Amino acid sequence: MKKFIAMLMAAAMMMAMVACGNTASNNGGNNGSNNSGSADEGGSTDGTVVIRIGGIGPLTGGNAVYGVATQLGAQVAVDEINALGGPIQFEYNFQDDTGVAETAVSAYNTLKDWEADIIYGCTTTAPCVTVAAETFADRYFQLTPSASSTDVTEGKDNVFQMCFTDPNQGVTAADYISANSLGTKIGVIYNNGDAYSTGIAEAFIAHAAEIGLEVVATETYPSDSNTDYNVQLNACKDAGADLVFLPIYYTPASLILAQASAMGYAPTFFGADGMDGILTMEGFDASLAEGLMLMTPFNADATDDATVNFVESYKKLSGDVIPNQFAADGYDCIYAIYAALQNIDGLADMDHEALCEALIAAFTAEDFSVDGLTGSGMSWSTNGEISKDPVVVVIQDGAYVTM
Amino acid sequence: MTAMKQARRLRKATVNSFINYAIVIVAFIILQILLGQDMISNSIQSMLVPVCCYIVMAVSLNLTVGILGELSLGHAGFMSLGAFSGIIVSTALKDVVEAEPLRLLLAMLVGAVMGGIGGVIVGLPVLRLRGDYLAIVTLAFGEIIKNVIMVLYVGIDGDGLHMATKEANLTLAEDGIAIIKGPMGAVGVTKIASFTAGFILILVTLFVVQNLVDSRAGRAILSLRDNRIAAESCGINVTKYKLMAFVVSAVLAGAAGALYGLNYSSTVASKFDFNTSILVLVYVVLGGLGSIRGSIIAAAILTMLPEMSFMRSSSLKDYRMLLYAVILILVMLASNNPVLRNAFGSVSKKFKSSKKQEGGAAQ
Repeated sequence: MKKFIAMLMAAAMMMAMVACGNTASNNGGNNGSNNSGSADEGGSTDGTVVIRIGGIGPLTGGNAVYGVATQLGAQVAVDEINALGGPIQFEYNFQDDTGVAETAVSAYNTLKDWEADIIYGCTTTAPCVTVAAETFADRYFQLTPSASSTDVTEGKDNVFQMCFTDPNQGVTAADYISANSLGTKIGVIYNNGDAYSTGIAEAFIAHAAEIGLEVVATETYPSDSNTDYNVQLNACKDAGADLVFLPIYYTPASLILAQASAMGYAPTFFGADGMDGILTMEGFDASLAEGLMLMTPFNADATDDATVNFVESYKKLSGDVIPNQFAADGYDCIYAIYAALQNIDGLADMDHEALCEALIAAFTAEDFSVDGLTGSGMSWSTNGEISKDPVVVVIQDGAYVTM
Repeated sequence: MTAMKQARRLRKATVNSFINYAIVIVAFIILQILLGQDMISNSIQSMLVPVCCYIVMAVSLNLTVGILGELSLGHAGFMSLGAFSGIIVSTALKDVVEAEPLRLLLAMLVGAVMGGIGGVIVGLPVLRLRGDYLAIVTLAFGEIIKNVIMVLYVGIDGDGLHMATKEANLTLAEDGIAIIKGPMGAVGVTKIASFTAGFILILVTLFVVQNLVDSRAGRAILSLRDNRIAAESCGINVTKYKLMAFVVSAVLAGAAGALYGLNYSSTVASKFDFNTSILVLVYVVLGGLGSIRGSIIAAAILTMLPEMSFMRSSSLKDYRMLLYAVILILVMLASNNPVLRNAFGSVSKKFKSSKKQEGGAAQ
């Protein structure tokens, strides 16, 4: 009898779970069809089309700072576009993937149940590669603000990037260092447990060899939770490196800067876009970052109207946090989608598959380019990679100065 | 009289096992019917295979933790071995074995074997340790596997498999493809895992674990858990039986890993870290140490819970992981609360006594 009860309860739980998910999704579905129905009706009367944008990124876990930035950056753009009251209105739903591929697939499927039209994300690379394969199979248009590996777009015509690819950054950095003769002996410290870091470092080292830049030390560490970098710094110091390239995120970089300063080693430090955000890091002595160079497409201290307005709106949403380039990339993503949608006829009648094909055509059109916060005249190639000018900034008096 | 009692006792264990099979089969049939009628949301559909994998992980870990009584914190390491070897096999045999179910079966078999080899390598020296020491060594094993795969580049071309620890050293012919790319993990995997395969794997796992526990060897394993010294004095070979349980557990984890790896188009080694091992341990502990059924139910519910649509609804999604943690704590407290336990105990006692009376009346 007891076992029977246990079995019954287990079955009941199973049913409840299924039913629960089901009713909720049905509700979502109904809402969705109602909304799109009204959008269609609206299409015939006042011409308003509602496009549902589903975002994915880490809102919890170690990468949350990037996920939240992309979430809010896009939110600013969505709010602005909806406030314009134009014929295209956005609905926006951002789901947490905790930076894990498995969760990202669940998040993506949740968005499918919500009847998303376009997928915006993922923020981090590994989940994005997995989700990109899903959107490719299901035919959703996907634009990622910050997943920078070439694996994200490779072989998938529906996936586009707003950020530079990793190899692209490595090559650009090597060229820039060489062209401006910033250093003669280069040390590289990177995280060999991280795809982003490894991707940039390997491309940098390979390209440095081609253009005759001398790399004297290549040091690695296995994880961003590492706290002691004295071994790597000493190796660079002993090899006589006068420039140390750090294609890593800013949390480990802050420790490297502090430990280098403590051991009296003062080469030029040069970072990639993951370094962006180091100045706003809590508990970091910004004077340590003095003279640090990094490649970032966005400078929150810039004085042009677009940036000033964005920073102001973003601060309202985020509780006075200054936006980093992830937020700016997110903002640009929404505007790029908006610009592309304006070039498409007959939006109201399109399902996500038709919209996907139309957006692919619009993004890869010869004359399609977008001016945004992270670059002007941004355009996309058929392989989904963006073309925009890299910007190198140097930190002076606690602020970015464009070089 | 004693013979009759023994028969009844055996029958009880058998009935218990069959109820577990029944739960799994009934759940599978219900889900299949719902799937056929298209009544299950995409988000639940996408979780069916991972849930199967986690159930197998939990049941197999229960064999080590609940039944053998040794704490293992590296179970995800075996899963990782299975996942990546399964992916390699599946990719390598793509043109040779056309039928996907057969390829999946081969991949899972190889994954299981790799998990088993890992189990023997870790188990032989380590099972001489006890308690905390074993926990620490298994923990280290999981991390070692993760870090090794993170620097491993594996590719295949006409000449066969190539391995290197640096991307530049991986030289492939024109037609070659890189299967595992260091920290990027395995990318571009053909998804061949299916819910049916997961269901069959759960049944196989139940069959293996339940029959092992019910066998002569299983009793030896249980006796080691309850009193090692007494068991040893009865002539039970401690290392042999410990290794048996540990390796069976690793084999099943390897098969689950292969299924998991082939359910996604890309997999990174960092997925199978300490956190995943702990997650599976949480399923085992919440389900009840030694309770196979508890592991199945806990793994299914806890895997799906944070992904349920109500948890991802706009009002709750910001507190999703917080809610998940709170629910875990509440369940843990509730299952250890003496008042609640007594309440459940008295209910089940009532059922038992009423059953006895029924039985008596029938006689």
